[in-house]
Amino acid sequence: MLRFMFIRILQALPVIFVVITATFFLVRSAPGGPFDQEKVVIPEVKQALEAQYRLDLPLHEQYFAYLGDLAQGDLGPSFKYPGRSVNEILFAGLPVTAELGLYALIIALCIGVTAGVFASLKPNTAQDYVPMSLAMIGICMPSFLLGPLLVLVFGIWLDWLPITGWGDIPGDKILPAVTLGSAYAAYIARLSRAGMLEILSQDYIRTARAKGLPEWRVVTQHALRGGLIPVIAFLGPAFAGLLAGSFVVETIFQIPGLGRFYVQAAFNRDYTMILGTTVFLSSLIVFFNLVSDIIAAWLNPRLRQQFQGGGS
Amino acid sequence: MALLNVDNLSVSFVTRNGTNKAVDNVSFSVEERQITAIIGESGSGKSVSCYAMLGLVPSPPGRIDGGTAHFQGQDLLALSEGELRAIRGRDIAMIFQDPMTCLNPFMKIGDQLIEPLTLHKGLAKGPAREQAMALLDEVGIRDPQGAMSAFPHEFSGGMRQRVMIAMALINEPKLLIADEPTTALDVTIQAQILKLIAELQTKRDIGVLFISHDLAVVSDIADQIVVMEKGKVVESGQPKAIFGNPQHPYTQKLLAAIPSGQKAADTVVPDPLISIENLRTWFTPTAGAEPVKAVDDVSLQIHRGEVLGLVGESGSGKSTLGRSILRLVPMTGGQISFDGIELSALEGRSLKQFRHRMQMIFQDPYASLNPRMTVYDTLAEPLLLHGLVNKAGLEQAIRELMDNVGLARAFVRKYPHEFSGGQRQRIAIGRALATRPEFIVADEPVSALDVTIQAQILDLLADLTKEYGLTMLFISHDLAVIRQIADRIAVMYHGKLVEEGATAQVFETPQQDYTRSLLAAIPGANAA
Repeated sequence: MLRFMFIRILQALPVIFVVITATFFLVRSAPGGPFDQEKVVIPEVKQALEAQYRLDLPLHEQYFAYLGDLAQGDLGPSFKYPGRSVNEILFAGLPVTAELGLYALIIALCIGVTAGVFASLKPNTAQDYVPMSLAMIGICMPSFLLGPLLVLVFGIWLDWLPITGWGDIPGDKILPAVTLGSAYAAYIARLSRAGMLEILSQDYIRTARAKGLPEWRVVTQHALRGGLIPVIAFLGPAFAGLLAGSFVVETIFQIPGLGRFYVQAAFNRDYTMILGTTVFLSSLIVFFNLVSDIIAAWLNPRLRQQFQGGGS
Repeated sequence: MALLNVDNLSVSFVTRNGTNKAVDNVSFSVEERQITAIIGESGSGKSVSCYAMLGLVPSPPGRIDGGTAHFQGQDLLALSEGELRAIRGRDIAMIFQDPMTCLNPFMKIGDQLIEPLTLHKGLAKGPAREQAMALLDEVGIRDPQGAMSAFPHEFSGGMRQRVMIAMALINEPKLLIADEPTTALDVTIQAQILKLIAELQTKRDIGVLFISHDLAVVSDIADQIVVMEKGKVVESGQPKAIFGNPQHPYTQKLLAAIPSGQKAADTVVPDPLISIENLRTWFTPTAGAEPVKAVDDVSLQIHRGEVLGLVGESGSGKSTLGRSILRLVPMTGGQISFDGIELSALEGRSLKQFRHRMQMIFQDPYASLNPRMTVYDTLAEPLLLHGLVNKAGLEQAIRELMDNVGLARAFVRKYPHEFSGGQRQRIAIGRALATRPEFIVADEPVSALDVTIQAQILDLLADLTKEYGLTMLFISHDLAVIRQIADRIAVMYHGKLVEEGATAQVFETPQQDYTRSLLAAIPGANAA
């Protein structure tokens, strides 16, 4: 088990390294810089600034200096928010984004699994087509369309829920979480339907029915565990995707999370901020993929025993 | 009064392509404490009729058109789903064909076993576990305590079928429906399971409905036999009457298809085409682990023009031996020479040149043909790959192959899924013969087929070996099949060759205990 995790983490390091390198040079190749502004800055001031942030060194030296800092866990100072380090900004925004992501994931799971299992029980009937068509719409509808739509209906017409903010007014977390979670709910619905259909056609489901088990017990005790393995395997990438993809929703609902800093950093050419956020998010993606792989393997008795047998 | 009395049962499947009558006015009965066997090929409706009366045929597309099924005075077909559920697993229990797929791989054996008890009898977990362990012991599971907390994949096929049987019997049902319970098992395991079912049936006074495609299997245990063909009962009666004086042509055909008799002893001049010396093929699952000695120090000669039957249970290494000869798996040590040329020394191009002289036919014609290639492409590939014909001669060569394996020429543009199992095996044989090989390894070529189809394919293989002057290694776990086709027999056990000799000699005077137990396990002593 430990060996498996260790190997997977080792495999992830080159991935992260490539991401860092590619991002570093891509950002630098974009025209403009952090201190190019509409109002003219005195050349001496600009030089002093660039020296302070090591921008006067040749590019490859900057690159290795950055790698050196990164190895010590230092993502560098922000160019745009003087006096604040990227680490500080990330950890200020992360709890909000993580909370939003978590709620969205819970909503996605509840709606997705219920709809998918429900659809799989009567395939190719209305009970299947209606939720699956809704899921298709959910996948196709981008959050910048769904968010304002939900605001219009529940915030303005019905006046049930607040339309912006995060933690200021009771209920203001509902609309952002639903907006962010809906696309993932749709994916999860399709995954659980496919997984359940596969398992429900297995011979051991017939065995369970032959025992005289009522249908709900056949589904909950015999089918769910195998049928939801694809969903579990998807949860890791999904949560990472929720974190990384939350900036649209954060922008719509004025939420002070990570995503907004990320987008602003790109506009501002805030090199260290862009790099720091990218490195941080890509590590998260790798980490959550690993976690969900482990859980999915743990749920499969055959693989679990291999782990217990010393990771062979 | 009979325990189960099925009268004029009709079941059909309604699909977009029309209504298909799967079971047509079928009547049969199971007496208390007796075994009734339903015999038929796949698609004859034998399983559907049993599943239908228990409400296990999914609807749609299934539809019960009429009839009654009286069990202990109740008409099962008139019961509601809830009432049927109360009978399933309590009064009527089932065991199925493939114990590998019929147990839930995600649940511990113990949890699956006690489910019927807690469900129907409302027993608490503790006493239910006690009862389950006692029953596991009774069906011959060595360590019942350990088995309770094991998962299905930790057991062999035979052991899983024992677990299935325990699970079916745990509520002491009146009727046991056994749907091909031994078809997926090795012949020695099959004999054990059949014996177990017969024992339990007498001891516990239950009626058994035994579904099988294999007349030989049921001949030993059935009190009553019902023969089904295309959804209809064509003949029924006691085994003595069915075997001694079959009335219906289909029954006669089934009986004739039971592999029996022995190949006429040809005088093969001993001229070794293949000599194997001290062959070892070991697999090491992970670095540092104890290697699995699949083939361990085997020496064997295969003579030109003979059919050598290779017998053994699953896991005995017989398939690995066949693949080692063809260099499809890397060998660990030893020598194989083919027509005087050392095979183990060949690599790359020189090995490829050899490939067309040796071919293989696999067990599962459903899995061994590429589903995206037409018959034409499947047959053309080896011909072109080895440069055996040019483009101009291709059509002619493929037509010839189709004729030789008994397939209509018009089928040449079809895909594998459009064919039945027997036809697919003919395609696979055609593919193997395309390169005009001198040597063929046939790995269980008929064990996935119905018994009548099996007879046809065996005939075809026998004819083709003569016509093409083939030398064949025929691998099978079924001694009756081997006896029919092989000139000589080699027996493998745990990776070693334990006995070798002329077919008649091995059958009449087996030298080894293991061979004797294999011979004793052949079903159908009563049918012969």
